[in-house]
Amino acid sequence: MQRMSKAYYAFFTLPTLVAFAIAFFIPFLLGIYLSFTKFSTVTNSQWVGLSNYIHAFTENKDFFNAMVFTGKFTLVSVVLINVFAFSLALLLTRKIMGTNIFRTVFFMPNLIGGIVLGYIWLLIINGFLLRFNVDITFSPKYGFWGLVIVTNWQMVGYMMVIYIASIQAISPELVEAAQIDGANAWQILFNITIPLVTPAFTICTFLTLANSFKLFDQNLALTRGAPGKTTAMMALDIYNTFYGTTGYEGVGQAKAVVFFLLVGAIVLVQLRLSRSREVVN
Amino acid sequence: MNTMKRPKLNLTFGFLLVLALLYLAPLLLVLMNSFKGRFFISDAPFAFPDSQTFVGLKNYISGLAKTGFFQAFGYSLFITVFSVGTIVLFTSMTAWAITRVTSWISSTIYYLLVFSMIVPFQMVMFSMSKIANMLHLDNPIGIIALYLGFGAGLSVFIFSGFIKSIPLEIEEAATIDGCNPIQTFFLIVFPILRPIYITVAILNTMWIWNDYLLPYLVIGSNYRTIPIAVQYLLGGYGSIDMGAMMAMLVLAIIPIVIFYLALQKYIIEGVVAGAVKG
Repeated sequence: MQRMSKAYYAFFTLPTLVAFAIAFFIPFLLGIYLSFTKFSTVTNSQWVGLSNYIHAFTENKDFFNAMVFTGKFTLVSVVLINVFAFSLALLLTRKIMGTNIFRTVFFMPNLIGGIVLGYIWLLIINGFLLRFNVDITFSPKYGFWGLVIVTNWQMVGYMMVIYIASIQAISPELVEAAQIDGANAWQILFNITIPLVTPAFTICTFLTLANSFKLFDQNLALTRGAPGKTTAMMALDIYNTFYGTTGYEGVGQAKAVVFFLLVGAIVLVQLRLSRSREVVN
Repeated sequence: MNTMKRPKLNLTFGFLLVLALLYLAPLLLVLMNSFKGRFFISDAPFAFPDSQTFVGLKNYISGLAKTGFFQAFGYSLFITVFSVGTIVLFTSMTAWAITRVTSWISSTIYYLLVFSMIVPFQMVMFSMSKIANMLHLDNPIGIIALYLGFGAGLSVFIFSGFIKSIPLEIEEAATIDGCNPIQTFFLIVFPILRPIYITVAILNTMWIWNDYLLPYLVIGSNYRTIPIAVQYLLGGYGSIDMGAMMAMLVLAIIPIVIFYLALQKYIIEGVVAGAVKG
């Protein structure tokens, strides 16, 4: 099908490309440029070199703290979500009554948006903390674990569904053959199920990593960074820098570029790791 | 199944049942609190409504008045339906053209679109909302174009993966029969894409319906979608009306639960298909 004329090719691609240019591509390039300037609107920018990047790290420790907080949060979330999701998937692929209903229930929170989820859990967490006469803004630890609980509640069902699909794709003959050879349940789990579910682990790690690292809505609804700015993740810190204080738009944009580079680096490392693993397999 | 396994499985069933109830508890708790007086919610969120605290539908009435919920629902529905329709139509067209015409232009388009998937929204939010203002896209119709631009990456990626697996002979036969590319696409290719556009539609619906920051920055001051309306209840100064808040959370969740229960099979399959390809 090399014979599509230019007019037809344009007809098929232009609507998407124009929208893509307006919504993403031009703002992206402009964003990189603006990170080297001082501006309050797009049209009044003045070149300031690397000063925004220097300010982002030296003016106060907000951004650095947000990076550390985001890193810790992402690590804990990725591990917990995948452990819970995989365990649930193992349970739900056994012959038990009502597996479909359970699957439906566990997946449901995933459809509810981050803002609504955040406020639902704010009520519950503050309700518990009320017994100790404090609320979630009392200590950064509360905010941290609050966010971990919310993201787990939201994402475990999603990852569980992916693991279930992957476990169900394992051919029953393999498991039967192992059973005939006298393998016990643990041996089957570690020598058959887990190796064969590796692609699902890669996907789920990637999804949970990306979603946890870029978390914003839940953070805004649950803690808004309180107490102080100690529970603000990177996305929220960037947002606050942009819209919280006038004159800091350039610093906000510089932080956003750093954020983008970090996300890009994570994706590249992940892709490389999963490729090399696939080659080994 | 031997008989030895029965009690063990029942234990698993009991465990899952308890877990499922715990999973649903937050939603039921919000529902319960939505019928309590506004001053009895934060102070005793786990208490059932009693004759003193029960207020009937009062929270719903005051919440609806404060947030303009029906209007927000209308905006959310309009933006989601038309954005998803636009995305499915235009990104499938694009994916087909760049998959079938192999050239450096096609691969550049493909890689740029895939690249956009990894860029966090904060990177473009400021410049994008300023450009949207300048081009007068800051209304419920203009925002559809923005969603097309942002949704293009994932959607073209998923469509392209599937289109590669469609045998070329079908389309060649159509060309020999005298179809031009537009006819070939809409009469032959588009119907074959059905399972994939269901996936694409579901993934985009889940994203756009719940999206907060993009509509807030672009149209939030004039048009409130549901997430903006919910956030607005807490964003204002003065004391927060927790009663109205609970009622609005319930109203925000109901459409999602209905959508989910009606289309459950497609949603779970779509999410798995999208994740495995993406």
